[in-house]
Amino acid sequence: MTDLLGNELNFQYELLGPEIALAITGMLVMFADAFRRELKLGRSALPGISVLGLVVALAATLYVGDQTADFARLVQIDNFTTFFRVLFIGVTLVLIIGSHEYIERHVSHIGEFYALLLFSTVGAMFMASARDLLTAYLAIEVLSFSLYVAVSLGKNDPRSGEAALKYVLLGGVASAMLLYGLSMLYGVAGSTQYSEIAASLAAGTDGFELPLLLGLALIIAGVGFKASAVPFHMWTPDAYEGAPMPITAYLSATSKAATFALILRWFSGPLLPAIDDWQWMIAGIAVATMVVGNLVALQQRNIKRLLAYSSIGQVGFMLMAITAISDETGSALLLHLIGYLLTNLAVFMAIIAFYNQTGKEQIVDFRGLAQTNPYLALVITSGLFSLAGMPLLAGFLTKFILFQAVVSEGYTWLVLIALVASTISLYYYLQVIKQMYLYQPEGGETERWRLTPTGYLATGALLVGVVWVGVYATPFYAAADRAIAPLFS
Amino acid sequence: MTESDAPALLAVFLIPLGTALLLMLIPSKERSLIIALTGVSSFAMFVISVVVFVQYDFHGEQFQGVRAWTYMENIGILGEKGIQLKVGVDGIAAAMVLLTGIVIMPGTWVSWKIQDRLKDFFILLFVLTAGVFGTFVMLDLFVWFLFYELALLPMYLLIGVWGSTRKEYGAMKLMIMLLAGSILIFTGIFAIYAEAGLGTFDMPTLYGVDFDSGFQKTYFPMIAVGCGILAALFPFHSWSPDGHAAAPTAVSMLHAGVLMKLGAFGVIRLGFQMMPEGGAFWAPALMTLGITAALYGAVSALRQTDLKLMTGFSSISHMGYVMVGLGTMNVIGWTGAVLQMFAHGIMTALFFLLIGGMYDQAHNRDIPNFSGMARQMPVWTVFFVIAGLASLGLPGMSGFVAEVHIFIGAFRAYPIVGGLAVLTAGITATYLLRMFSQAFFGEFNPRWNHLRDITMAERAGAAVLAVTILFMGLWPSPWVNRISTTIAETIPGVTL
Repeated sequence: MTDLLGNELNFQYELLGPEIALAITGMLVMFADAFRRELKLGRSALPGISVLGLVVALAATLYVGDQTADFARLVQIDNFTTFFRVLFIGVTLVLIIGSHEYIERHVSHIGEFYALLLFSTVGAMFMASARDLLTAYLAIEVLSFSLYVAVSLGKNDPRSGEAALKYVLLGGVASAMLLYGLSMLYGVAGSTQYSEIAASLAAGTDGFELPLLLGLALIIAGVGFKASAVPFHMWTPDAYEGAPMPITAYLSATSKAATFALILRWFSGPLLPAIDDWQWMIAGIAVATMVVGNLVALQQRNIKRLLAYSSIGQVGFMLMAITAISDETGSALLLHLIGYLLTNLAVFMAIIAFYNQTGKEQIVDFRGLAQTNPYLALVITSGLFSLAGMPLLAGFLTKFILFQAVVSEGYTWLVLIALVASTISLYYYLQVIKQMYLYQPEGGETERWRLTPTGYLATGALLVGVVWVGVYATPFYAAADRAIAPLFS
Repeated sequence: MTESDAPALLAVFLIPLGTALLLMLIPSKERSLIIALTGVSSFAMFVISVVVFVQYDFHGEQFQGVRAWTYMENIGILGEKGIQLKVGVDGIAAAMVLLTGIVIMPGTWVSWKIQDRLKDFFILLFVLTAGVFGTFVMLDLFVWFLFYELALLPMYLLIGVWGSTRKEYGAMKLMIMLLAGSILIFTGIFAIYAEAGLGTFDMPTLYGVDFDSGFQKTYFPMIAVGCGILAALFPFHSWSPDGHAAAPTAVSMLHAGVLMKLGAFGVIRLGFQMMPEGGAFWAPALMTLGITAALYGAVSALRQTDLKLMTGFSSISHMGYVMVGLGTMNVIGWTGAVLQMFAHGIMTALFFLLIGGMYDQAHNRDIPNFSGMARQMPVWTVFFVIAGLASLGLPGMSGFVAEVHIFIGAFRAYPIVGGLAVLTAGITATYLLRMFSQAFFGEFNPRWNHLRDITMAERAGAAVLAVTILFMGLWPSPWVNRISTTIAETIPGVTL
């Protein structure tokens, strides 16, 4: 089949197997929820169906394997896509296993909640695989709309609605800016296809300097919002605090990683010829994000807000890699993303388990946790130390490689700022660790409590992952290296 | 020492790491099991470290027992031999391994009386020990730094949970300052790797690179200050007295005894060996800071009444000597610096062991509150006097051997610095002898009637350390041979 311009189009639907599987699962979940009574479904039916769908999607991803092909010139299937598909499916899988008790108790409209998680995963996967601006934009909106709704689904928590409103209003503005920027880019380059934009910009942009610059600025503002980079980060702490905790985890994991997948595709491909126009903007945003994120985190009292600012700080480190973009910084960034996702999820799963038991989320509430639940304290401590980049944990290795890659590209000054910011971050992580280990529990209550089996499963698997990446990261780095190759070939 | 001895070098850091993992699986109630396990493990570390030191052949290669396992190569930024687990020691590292082995064993013994969360204490203490041993034996820049950070990490909780006097403040100050130092080391390592452009973190390979002179002069001070903070380099020393005063006994022993040497070791390994031209350029500055620290530490120690603070400032003073020795840029001064690292490590560990043994009973460390303690605690006093005499450099003790080398080296390089160093030794003698006369002799204060002499574990630990002091003082050649040949043959820019 050909399109209007006579290009040959490829319609092998099995290339989209994982996305199709997840979309169908999402609809099945909603259907099952609607007829729960008639079908006499138990409590674990909805998460069960979702997990099953995710496993099928994972199998479909591995079935597609490492072939390189495109689907109708809209979606690119290559190692990069496969890498992110596995990552996103994995995150959703862990999230559902680790937090289904929380969802049961603290989320209204459970069926829709699981469906939205699955739909947003589809959006995230398309963000990583799009090869056309409009496909990419639609993918962003699929992810964002699912999350706007999911943020509002907290049960009996007025903060949830407030957070959703803030998120949807600011998100709408950001989407508009992004779309406007993309249309300017289209005006300059004359195409929405990544490869054609790259060719057109490389051929010269004389006479279009201003629209290009404006378009780039708007695009960076748009993706900056999605990645919660300073100064487009205002929604982050409120959304993180108000959203149901699994969604907070999801915002800090998949949503962020998907944005970076998109940024990597854009800034290493279509926008690379215009690097002189955007490099300084990204560098400036990276510095602002590292500094502001880590400094404001110092004053937080709520663990979710603390992690919100800490994740903003982490975005700054990742943006450094975009500033100094090359295949080497790219693969280092992908490795860092693996480490960051594992670590962040480990912390969030532990905090969800803590909330399930205590219903508290202030930092002072963690007082004496080392005595009431030493295992959970160990998971949180390992996670926080890993985020701060301490050895034998994922954060040390992935940050070391990332920073080294950036220095090797000649940006020593950026890394120096990042190192200072990273040291500041240790201070506020230590505040949490201090509560757990240095103080006695509230009211001297030292009775031990246990996690649920799925709580142990999720936190345990993530803890093993964090240590594994920290001790033997070779397979992960090799996978990241293979994934980044198609972008720079 | 040959390649077949490499397992010994692996064992020194794998044993404490493995012990820490095993401890995690033991229920906290099993006190006797914890004590048995840590006892066996620390004894094993001691034996192996002695073997490593004795087996090191000073007629042989620079690095001995070298063995490398590839960790990652030809991925992303990494080229051939990218990151390896590569072990090997030279004469300096062999002495430092021995030092760690000798200090950790008594440190383990005296910690057995801790009541609160004994298991967690030993997990952290052994992780720290693994970090220290790892740093001394690793020959890959990435892994070296990983272990260096690993040695710092447990410090916060060790001081924060089990410490005394202003422990939260001391722990946080120490952590922030040491990690600020890490920023500089990080930057230095990144820059070295990028500048060399070989895609490898292998240290012997990087030693072969002839770095640009401007590069060396820019990055040497970064490494020297970054590592120097851990060695209490003036004026970045202020974490040290607070940290030492707050830390529990075994942690003070390891920290002042071994960890501060890690800093000086880093200055040698990453600074002088990697960037000899930069080292030669900045040596006078290092020497100036060193002699300032030596004088400042000694004068401050004069003014202290808290025993631990006095020892803390005395440590700053003695670590100042190390920097003076390195600054001389001649073999004898350098040999003295490394000897001083060893000698000070042992004597300061003995100091902190004894202070801990007394403080646990008296809950007081103020020198003016004590007098005539020789009558109440005779064994304690004898050991304290041995440590003190070693510290003030009495001939026949380890301190003398080290200081004599440093003084001669300093007189050769800059006579005025040599003079100031001798003056410092005079001040050291003043505050120590005055402390002896106040606390040990004179009329006994009946308030301390309830104090008992130190326990058997403490006596045994103190004996190990005191024997080492006398051994090295009376027969220093095993140390001098190994250290001076390594320096003469392998440190570029250091002359006779």
